[in-house]
Amino acid sequence: MEFRPILSALMRSKVAMILIGLQVALTLAIVCNALFIIGQRLDHMARPSGVDEQNTFWFGSNGFGQGYNAKVVQQSDVALLRQLPGVADAAPTNSVPMSDGGWSTGLMLQPHQKKSTADSAIYLVDDHAISTFGLKLVAGRNFKPEEIKSLDFGDRLLPQVAIITKAVADKMFPDGNAVGKQVYFDLDPPTTTIIGVVERMQQPWMSSETVENSTLVPAFMPYGNSTRYLIRADPGKRDELMKLVEQKLTEANPSRIIGKMHSIADVRNDAYAEDRAMAIILGVVIFCLLTITALGIVGMASFWVAQRTRQIGTRRALGATKFDILRYFQTENFIITTLGLIGGGILAYAFSLYLMSAYQAPRLPWYYVPVGFVCLWLLGQLAVLGPALRASRVPPAVATRSV
Amino acid sequence: MFSYYIQLGLRSLRRNPVLTALMVLGIGLGIAASMTTLTVMHLMGSDPIPWKSDKLHAVQLDNWDVNNPYYDDGRPPDQVTYRDAQALMAAGKADKQAAMWKIALPIQPENPEVKPFNSLGRVTYSDFFSMFEPPFAYGGPWDHKQDAEHARVIVLTKDTNEKLFGGQNSVGKSVRMNGVDYTVLGVLGNWKLRARYYDLTNGAFADPEEFFMPFTTAIDLKQRGSGNNSCWKSPADGWDAYLDSDCIWMQMWVQLDSPERLAEYKSFLDNYVNEQKKLGRFPRPLNNRLLDVNAWMKDQRVVSRDVEVQTGLGFAFLAVCLVNTIGLLLAKFTRKAGEVGLRRALGASRREVFMQFLVESGVVGLSGGLVGLLLTGLGLLAVRALYSSYKSVATLDLSMVLTTIALAVISAVLAGLYPTWRACRVQPAAQLKV
Repeated sequence: MEFRPILSALMRSKVAMILIGLQVALTLAIVCNALFIIGQRLDHMARPSGVDEQNTFWFGSNGFGQGYNAKVVQQSDVALLRQLPGVADAAPTNSVPMSDGGWSTGLMLQPHQKKSTADSAIYLVDDHAISTFGLKLVAGRNFKPEEIKSLDFGDRLLPQVAIITKAVADKMFPDGNAVGKQVYFDLDPPTTTIIGVVERMQQPWMSSETVENSTLVPAFMPYGNSTRYLIRADPGKRDELMKLVEQKLTEANPSRIIGKMHSIADVRNDAYAEDRAMAIILGVVIFCLLTITALGIVGMASFWVAQRTRQIGTRRALGATKFDILRYFQTENFIITTLGLIGGGILAYAFSLYLMSAYQAPRLPWYYVPVGFVCLWLLGQLAVLGPALRASRVPPAVATRSV
Repeated sequence: MFSYYIQLGLRSLRRNPVLTALMVLGIGLGIAASMTTLTVMHLMGSDPIPWKSDKLHAVQLDNWDVNNPYYDDGRPPDQVTYRDAQALMAAGKADKQAAMWKIALPIQPENPEVKPFNSLGRVTYSDFFSMFEPPFAYGGPWDHKQDAEHARVIVLTKDTNEKLFGGQNSVGKSVRMNGVDYTVLGVLGNWKLRARYYDLTNGAFADPEEFFMPFTTAIDLKQRGSGNNSCWKSPADGWDAYLDSDCIWMQMWVQLDSPERLAEYKSFLDNYVNEQKKLGRFPRPLNNRLLDVNAWMKDQRVVSRDVEVQTGLGFAFLAVCLVNTIGLLLAKFTRKAGEVGLRRALGASRREVFMQFLVESGVVGLSGGLVGLLLTGLGLLAVRALYSSYKSVATLDLSMVLTTIALAVISAVLAGLYPTWRACRVQPAAQLKV
């Protein structure tokens, strides 16, 4: 092959080669790590919450003035909401998955355990919660209406029964059969009996390491004068129902403020806003980077073609075909790119190591770099194609002309 | 001569428009990426109160579970209990001190046209205002006496005063909140804090407070805070048990005017905790901290990891763009070898040729900087659209505009050094032969 003459020609313009190589190397290192981060963010965003996100929304009610009794209002609100047209079901709750605010506690298997067995989010709900959230009960049973306790905020939470997610059940009872088992909410008895297991329900906090550890506790427990409700609308009725709910509840009791209606779809959007922003920003940088690198290769190749017009003419006059000239420039680019990619591969792992030590990021999987090699080889070959074709069209007669 | 070189540079930009466009666009994109991310990082982490940030200190006491530290790495909790806040306020050992927490209260406006609305307020002591120095448009803060008297007084922020009183001087008027009337003592002017550094528990860029109320008055309401509350063991039932518990839900700040005062206060805190240990509290080893504003912001990661990674990436991208520019300038200057030969033959020194080409690189940089400035503006708009809470940190100020232009020119001149040096080495004789 003609590797050797190309290589010796390259060695005569080392700087240009180093510049293109360096650019390719940095591009590979950045693109691999950025793509990996984007992939992680997309995985993070794709996690299911376990609830019906399409048809549900939630909102708060804040009473004011003396004589406002949040517990009484809560009972009448729930009754009113459940009979509104378009409401599939409604339940009081202190929080919803992905909302970034809520209550968590450690569940234990023994009294006075030094470390809790499972940290779990606590959802204070009634017997309509499973149906309203759209949860899937995989074992045991739902709450009964008489099991819902009326508590004041600040009372210790010592429920007689609770429903846990499969994640909590697996953590606390790895042998299975969580239903009927006892857990400790506090250091001392009384204990709580697990009566049911739902397949999945995320915590409010998306950065939690145990994001599927949630527990449903049967309690009516307003936070001062404030109560919150979740509503599942009949399919397609969600947005019109939001307006109706606000109007009806304000009419039912005017000495309160009905807060903004949040669809759970919006809650998800907000919860992942930072991940989405990061993915978009990195995506834009990758696009610009590849464009700049490709244009840089086009620019340098054009310059080389212009500089070597006479030599190309001479080669053509001495019998080289158009294809030979084309292949010369394509091969030249391949050599430079490959050298850059080798350096870039090492740099990519170095960047990854830095991100691991400074930001506890996971290790860059090995296959990103080979895939990056192939992509940048293709990019280089495509970028150089234009100038190389121009070079191949240089007529042999150029060799005989003086400058 | 300098202006002549600039003219030459501008003319040279036009001579090869494609190559010029590539270089200018390259520098512009690199500058925009690095400056957009740098602006966000710089404004997020910038000192919010530079004239006294070394005097204001967040008080951290480690009252946590002996078996499980509050943070995995053993740092003390970011908030304090009511008990400790109360004790430190009563002792009054710092030059100024303010415990604080966040409360949500419904406001019932007198004006029937304004619907009742929920508002977030900060509950604190009178020293808060002289420590954190919010500007007042009307009136002023409450005083120590009113702290002691549990006075039903309130300071409104500009926006709340706008909403309730149409922006008029409302000092002396009253505001009804949850059925209780409070007298307005003061109205704040424009107080735009980028990061709400004195309370980072719900994020540095959370919604600002809408009113301020004395701590003592708010405790009487027996209403829980609306910020973070953490307990390592559940308190007994009821409000008094909650106040007496080891649950943390308050921020405690002190002003210490000299390093000696800081040392004194540190030993006071250590003594306080040791006394408490005798009562069976504070089971963990002594772990008190008094971080100043900047150290506190760093500790609580006001600048998020994502923003740091993005900034690193922005500058890596700029590096690629500069390598690209070096290559393109090399190509451009090599083409001009004939011209250089001619100038040298006509008596120009190497120095003069060097200057000319350096100026030409600078002109490329300046154009790239202007393009970059425009793109940075667009980039910041995009950041604001992507991160709804970053409005206050995604803005360009004059210093950032100047930094942008300077960074562009300096980078381009640096990128031009090697190509220029090469251009100067042209042998006139080699170029003049036909």
